[in-house]
Amino acid sequence: MNALDTIGQLISITLVFSTALIFTGLGGVFSERSGVVNIGLEGLMIAGAFGAAVFTDQAIQGGMKHGAPWIGLLAGLVLGLVVSLLHAVATITFKADQTIVGVVINILAAGLAIYLTKSLYEGSGQTPTLEYVFNPVAIPGLSDIPLLGKGIFTAYPTTYIVIGVVILSYIVLYRTTFGLRLRAVGEHPSSADTVGISVTKYRYIGVMLSGALAGLGGATIALTTTSNFAHNTISGQGFIAIAAVIFGKWNPLGVAGAAIFFGMAQALRNWAQLFEWSHHIPNEFFYMLPYLLTLLVLAGAVGRSAAPGALGEPYDPAKR
Amino acid sequence: MNTMRKIFDKSSFLVPLVAIILGLICGALAMLAGGYDPWMAYTALVKKLFGSPYDIGEAIRAITPLIFTGIAVAFAFRTGLFNIGADGQFLMGMTGATIVGVTLDLPWYIHAPLAIIVGGLFGGLWAALAGYLKAARGVNEVISSIMLNWIALFLSNYIVGTYLVMEGQQKSKPVHESALVSIKWLSESMGNARMHWGTLIALIGVVVFYVILWRTKKGYELRAVGLNPNAALYAGMNVNRTIITSMFISGVFAGLGGVFEILGVFGYQTVMAASWGYGFDGIAVALLGGNTPIGVFLGAVLFGGLSYGSAGMSFGANVPPEIVRIVIGSIIFFVASHGLVKFFLKPFMARRSNKGKSEGGSAL
Repeated sequence: MNALDTIGQLISITLVFSTALIFTGLGGVFSERSGVVNIGLEGLMIAGAFGAAVFTDQAIQGGMKHGAPWIGLLAGLVLGLVVSLLHAVATITFKADQTIVGVVINILAAGLAIYLTKSLYEGSGQTPTLEYVFNPVAIPGLSDIPLLGKGIFTAYPTTYIVIGVVILSYIVLYRTTFGLRLRAVGEHPSSADTVGISVTKYRYIGVMLSGALAGLGGATIALTTTSNFAHNTISGQGFIAIAAVIFGKWNPLGVAGAAIFFGMAQALRNWAQLFEWSHHIPNEFFYMLPYLLTLLVLAGAVGRSAAPGALGEPYDPAKR
Repeated sequence: MNTMRKIFDKSSFLVPLVAIILGLICGALAMLAGGYDPWMAYTALVKKLFGSPYDIGEAIRAITPLIFTGIAVAFAFRTGLFNIGADGQFLMGMTGATIVGVTLDLPWYIHAPLAIIVGGLFGGLWAALAGYLKAARGVNEVISSIMLNWIALFLSNYIVGTYLVMEGQQKSKPVHESALVSIKWLSESMGNARMHWGTLIALIGVVVFYVILWRTKKGYELRAVGLNPNAALYAGMNVNRTIITSMFISGVFAGLGGVFEILGVFGYQTVMAASWGYGFDGIAVALLGGNTPIGVFLGAVLFGGLSYGSAGMSFGANVPPEIVRIVIGSIIFFVASHGLVKFFLKPFMARRSNKGKSEGGSAL
């Protein structure tokens, strides 16, 4: 195996892991930019992964083949969105503590997903392995580029989608009236309210977008990495996505960069197993790596990043 | 009569109660949706809980770690911190106790206390790390302690699996007899339920929690920082040091929870695929108890009881035990969104107060 081949491999594993983190991280951006902390991204990802696995399985049983994962992807999006509504109603309409509700979303989603899986699949704690999931698609031409072309341009459809979503998110946030208003609501809700922008409406949209995107993130993992849903399908990626939001300073491009960084930390774990030298290092240290790097990065050179001004505060017009 | 009404009108008491009922209803709805019989399931739960002296003893065993993690999380909440890392601190406490229990050979009156202290310190220092990162580097304690939870899991597994391992098994060598804190005579009289001194220490912990926060100068500072860090800073308090102190104390509580699982219950530590989640349940316990000493104790009893009884549901009514997570999640949801609960209660409250008025009117 030559060096460039292995680097290409690292890149392609990195892209697989990063895709889910980018989706979810972008979700976090929309929610937090509107002023709502979303600790529940992990739970929303669980909802997405569960929905994707179950609906893909149903579609396959219904006779679909390569179209089935697309049904699953859509189901993941919808389920994430539905669960995030719970967050929105509690924190925006009823002004509940955002962090606590996020924790609740995590507990509820994990409990519900396993409970429903066991109910649907006769006591088994996981869905059957899906026969049809996403397969890497090579972009003709680009993937033939010598050296690194194969690593970068032979990726899952979800990876291509996420690249589009990153660009779209950036444009929406910084180049449209909608984005300006969303940011205004998160930065200074009372001013936004004064000029006639509905704080409630924009925060609902922000949280629901986070649900849809985190749902896509979870679905991505089920449909590209694990090929089923089990209790450990989502194990901490939602929290790493939150770290990516902070590391990326609430900017879609920054968050994508941070997510790729964390994706690489996860990929290193799998990638290193390919080599002889890694067998001398205890497995546990590879498992620790993504979390350790996240911690070091947050503590290190990044410095204090400025969160949206009104992040975490329920908006109460009476206190204006 | 009037005082009774006052007590019941206090939403601080009413909201958790209504939340518990709504939570149980949510669980029942989920069971109906899954095609199970909720009545049978809840009956099986209660039966499991009070079925025999053994079950009562084991339920107390299940409640004990939740008291520890509950006061750990509540303590941090009181000082304005969200210690979501109690889970990792719990694991570090377990590991500290196992290291001392397995590697050292000492007389019992030194060995057991030493194992407890070391485990507590492990938990405290692990939490203080998150406190330091917040105080010195401005890292949100929620993120850092979540990362520390995972690191604690793998670090514990590494220590147990490499240095303390029993040959050919995925667990540590047994902790020496001299470090164990089980209560033999009580266990024997309760059908060999695993009773231990940790339960008593958990109750003392509840008192300590109260005394530190409400009866000491340091506790006053901790609460002041929790209520308004800017005001506390202006009053000359060292906010950064307070953050680290608070996390340390919180972590000691969580760590002790782990310590007694090793020294009182199992006597060895396994290599775990995932943590037991006592730390996360501690969040639920603290929230339900409104971060008050008595409330946390009652919250731990409720959640420990539900979790232990859930085993009965899967045997007795064939319901997946995860249903209890749904119940617990819903309960915290309703406690957190008390606005929502009050919204549900409004019609009842209004009717009652109207009734009161009309009755008063007729008397005149």
